[in-house]
Amino acid sequence: MIWLSPAESEALRLSLSVAIRSVGISVPAALGVAWILTRRRFLGHTLLDAMVHLPLVLPPVAVGYVLLLLFGARGPLGGWLKSVFGIQLIFTRNGAALATAVMSFPLMVRAIRISLESIDRGLEDAARTLGAGAIDRFINVTLPLMLPGLLAGVITAFSAALGEFGAVITFVSNIPGETRTLPLALYSALQEPGAEHAAARLAVLSVTLGLAGLLVSEWFARRVRRMLGR
Amino acid sequence: MLTVRAAKQRGTFQLDVCFDSPTPGVAALFGPSGCGKTTLVNLLAGLLRPDRGRVTLDDTVFCDTDLRIDVPTEKRRIGYVFQDARLFPHLHVAANLRFAERRAAHAGRIGFDQVVGMLDLQPLMARRVHQLSGGEKQRVAIGRALLTQPRLLLLDEPLASLDRDRREEVLPYLETLRDQLAIPMVYVSHRFDEVLRLATHIVLMQSGRVAAQGGIGAISLDRRLRAMIDPDAVGAVVDGTVIGREPSGGLLRVRIGSGELQLDAASPPGTTLRVQLLARDIIVATQKPRFLSVRNHLQGIVTAVEDDGASDLISIDVGTRSAGGAGSDGGPSILARITKTATRELELAPAKPVWALVKSVALRGVTSAGSRRE
Repeated sequence: MIWLSPAESEALRLSLSVAIRSVGISVPAALGVAWILTRRRFLGHTLLDAMVHLPLVLPPVAVGYVLLLLFGARGPLGGWLKSVFGIQLIFTRNGAALATAVMSFPLMVRAIRISLESIDRGLEDAARTLGAGAIDRFINVTLPLMLPGLLAGVITAFSAALGEFGAVITFVSNIPGETRTLPLALYSALQEPGAEHAAARLAVLSVTLGLAGLLVSEWFARRVRRMLGR
Repeated sequence: MLTVRAAKQRGTFQLDVCFDSPTPGVAALFGPSGCGKTTLVNLLAGLLRPDRGRVTLDDTVFCDTDLRIDVPTEKRRIGYVFQDARLFPHLHVAANLRFAERRAAHAGRIGFDQVVGMLDLQPLMARRVHQLSGGEKQRVAIGRALLTQPRLLLLDEPLASLDRDRREEVLPYLETLRDQLAIPMVYVSHRFDEVLRLATHIVLMQSGRVAAQGGIGAISLDRRLRAMIDPDAVGAVVDGTVIGREPSGGLLRVRIGSGELQLDAASPPGTTLRVQLLARDIIVATQKPRFLSVRNHLQGIVTAVEDDGASDLISIDVGTRSAGGAGSDGGPSILARITKTATRELELAPAKPVWALVKSVALRGVTSAGSRRE
């Protein structure tokens, strides 16, 4: 990237890397949770639903703080991860990915849930009569049919991950080259006297990125809809 | 033999059925909308589980609530053609067919190319589901169900969503299916004309129960069927054997019971034809008719006179020629609709010998082929 400064391209690359990891974490989890919420009726259904949506209504800083308590060096999960797998989340890009994944989780679950609910269950019955077992049906019928919704969820969550600020800075701090994503870099530039030009450039970069994401998602959605004949 | 005993409560609707249907053959489930036909088919497919019951096909037990057997749908090898086709919209036609073929438990006797040929699917193979007409969708759905190598094929009103022309387009394929593959079929319909063309056995259903069941000839005379169909469609369905061709007129001579009818058709001798003699098209005479333009008449004996609203329905046994030999299970019987005045003046009563004049004969299909010479 010739027209970006090294710090800018580093922030851009870091943002993309964090967002990709974040989506990678949340897709399987969101599929599971959306499936349970749509297809199963059980005690605690409402509670699970509320828990999933919590990040939407909590201040991001609070989410970051809770993560810090759980995954910090002395937190119950953080200590366990460190001793068993040698994984440290705090002050790392993986930690940033976790924070953005939690924040964007409700968006992803919502999108997947809507697409699951819109699927004609009769098609799954038809697959059963053709000899397809449960996993076979999910992979070859349900998943392809919910592709538009899943894709919408992924792109929304990805865009939200690119812009996540509060939870990230609280949980993994603002470390250049490790956790300083675009919004954090923009924030830092704003704190620095005389860096208005740098801040403006970062803001333009963010806008460009967001716009590109929306256009790509629209193009994808149109292709998939045509494929399904809708 | 397909044997079904099943009870199922769904909300306020109670299904409680019991029937046996010979295999191979086509059992038609016939009855008004909402009588539980689709629920019953879903029980057969295993998509619903009966509260109590047992479903077996020949030696295979699909479900037995007493023995706690319930083979899951995907292991039953029962093909199912749904009313709305239910093709996978994310796959094109060929992939829909391959979906079934790949999951068939074992390579069977129904080949991919055979199905494609029999249902004329070749021109559709590359199309997407939304590019198919209703009739084409059903043909693909039938092909897809066949490729699972089913031991039983369920067809739930496969023609109901089609207009008349499309129905006529698909029906011959179903007849081919019945005649070429000896797969037992259960055909659900609320249209009696479809049942007439396809069924070998009829199960009449009414509000969740089996009202009557039996061969098509017996059911066509059943008073419970009359309650379900248009009065003008009431009439006996009989199987006749082609015995040859009229030398002068070129009409086909068909033996019905102990008599003979002539009709305009082309089938080799020995062929069994299914014909329908509508009750409104039968004229009853108490003497051998002469000087009449109506050429077709059958001699028989009155077995019953039934009050049917404004008119009477006369059952005539046309299988036995001599009086006194008339019995309920004599030869084939036909129905005639005549006015009450006529009944009185002709003094029609059981055991009276009569001649039935047949104004028209509707050919409803070929049920078994004869030798190919003529």
